[in-house]
Amino acid sequence: MADWQPTASLAMLQERARLLAAIRAFMSDRAVMEVDVPVLSTATVTDPHLESFVVTSPQAASGNYYLMTSPEFYLKRVLAAGSGPIYSLGPAFRAGDCGARHQPEFTMLEWYRPEWTIAQLMDEVAELVHGAIAGPVAQKTYRQAFLDHAGIDPHRADLAQLRALAQSRLSPAFDSDDRYTWLDLLFSHLVEPQLAGKVFVTEFPATQAALAQTASDTHGNAIAMRFELYINGIEIANGYQEEREPTVLVKRFAENLALRAANRQSQPPVDELFLAAMRAGMPACAGVALGVDRLLMVATGAPAIAAVVPFAFGQP
Amino acid sequence: MATYSTSEMKNGLKVMIDGEPCNILENEHVKPGKGQAFNRVKVKFLRTGRVLEKTFKSGDSLEGADVVDCDMQYLYNDGEYWHFMEPESFEQHQADAKTVGDASQWLKEQDTCIVTLYNGAPLAVTPPNHVVLEVVETDPGLRGDTATGGTKPAKLSTGAVVKVPLFMNVGDVIKVDTRTGEYLGRAKE
Repeated sequence: MADWQPTASLAMLQERARLLAAIRAFMSDRAVMEVDVPVLSTATVTDPHLESFVVTSPQAASGNYYLMTSPEFYLKRVLAAGSGPIYSLGPAFRAGDCGARHQPEFTMLEWYRPEWTIAQLMDEVAELVHGAIAGPVAQKTYRQAFLDHAGIDPHRADLAQLRALAQSRLSPAFDSDDRYTWLDLLFSHLVEPQLAGKVFVTEFPATQAALAQTASDTHGNAIAMRFELYINGIEIANGYQEEREPTVLVKRFAENLALRAANRQSQPPVDELFLAAMRAGMPACAGVALGVDRLLMVATGAPAIAAVVPFAFGQP
Repeated sequence: MATYSTSEMKNGLKVMIDGEPCNILENEHVKPGKGQAFNRVKVKFLRTGRVLEKTFKSGDSLEGADVVDCDMQYLYNDGEYWHFMEPESFEQHQADAKTVGDASQWLKEQDTCIVTLYNGAPLAVTPPNHVVLEVVETDPGLRGDTATGGTKPAKLSTGAVVKVPLFMNVGDVIKVDTRTGEYLGRAKE
């Protein structure tokens, strides 16, 4: 008989409904307005490590659409229109493998705080998460996390040192001349699994800034004003002091597309309406995206994301 | 042979790694939020039985291995080689001691086992999960002692030594689980 049943238990669906209601109450109490932005767009992100689903329309002339990997571009257009604090709670889509922590469609909470710093936003993230899972929150820089768990300075180590460390501690079946590939491998395999409890990781390398502002740390390293929240080694949220300067953003998109071309990846169209909104002016703000399914997973102790979503993708 | 990308590396797929045929046991997708995605793959090297973890960049590909599992009848051992026959085609294959490995102690003539072929030649032999074999050597049975649960070693017709209940005698026929080497019971043959 075909297995038509939901992949989450009814008890889990009740937990899930409670979490979604608690998030909306949290935002409503703080006068953060919900905006239900579209998931379909004519442009998408250029990130070298994100792939958007491409949607074809039966009307040939209208070209391709993309399913949004996050509500970020739409929400920033709302901010530029003068909305004040806003959030979105809904589906996001990323093409890629399914796994214990990955589904191609997942539920994302994303919110923006005009005039706030990321330090203020991190406090609010900690408060929101505390409602789902109790316990203290630690904080360390990307550099310190690397020093503590991999014994190497990620900003200063050269290609040969990173490669040698990866080859001695892990079994990479590939070679690479890209420092950042080794940093990603070491961070995801040696550092992340060691992040016990709730940990904010801050000051990522400037090359991993995405849409965050960049700065220098106290050691003179170029860093991104970006944080990630990990709970028991699982990445839960990613926040930025938002970069607003259109020329910087245009340059980053161009660099992303050049990198994608070098890796023989598709060349998605740049979101010109987002850039137009940045040129019109978006207020200084901090913003964060949080994986709601993963939060529910760590809060309930579920072994895999498939157990917390109503219908997991790619399940028998 | 076809090539397979990391997303196609499912449990049971046979691929070539470092020039050796391997069986994929597990494949875990690991992706830092803004970074490169990886696949941590657990593989078993079919020739040596060694199990290793290898990390690939997502999207990398591997060549498939020409490995097939065939049901074959075990015919005989000529002192150097073990001979097997495909029941449909009557095609015969011979395997050396290294290939047969621990399976040799369970192989009884006429029994059907699994011969893993790599590029058409035997790579490994898996005995049936349950075999029925005769006890050829053991201490004399203790009459009436069927309840104490004690055991003693017994040598079987194929050379395997298993623990059997105290009441078993030479000439008795027993059923054994080849995966654990455990005595399952007396067999009626």
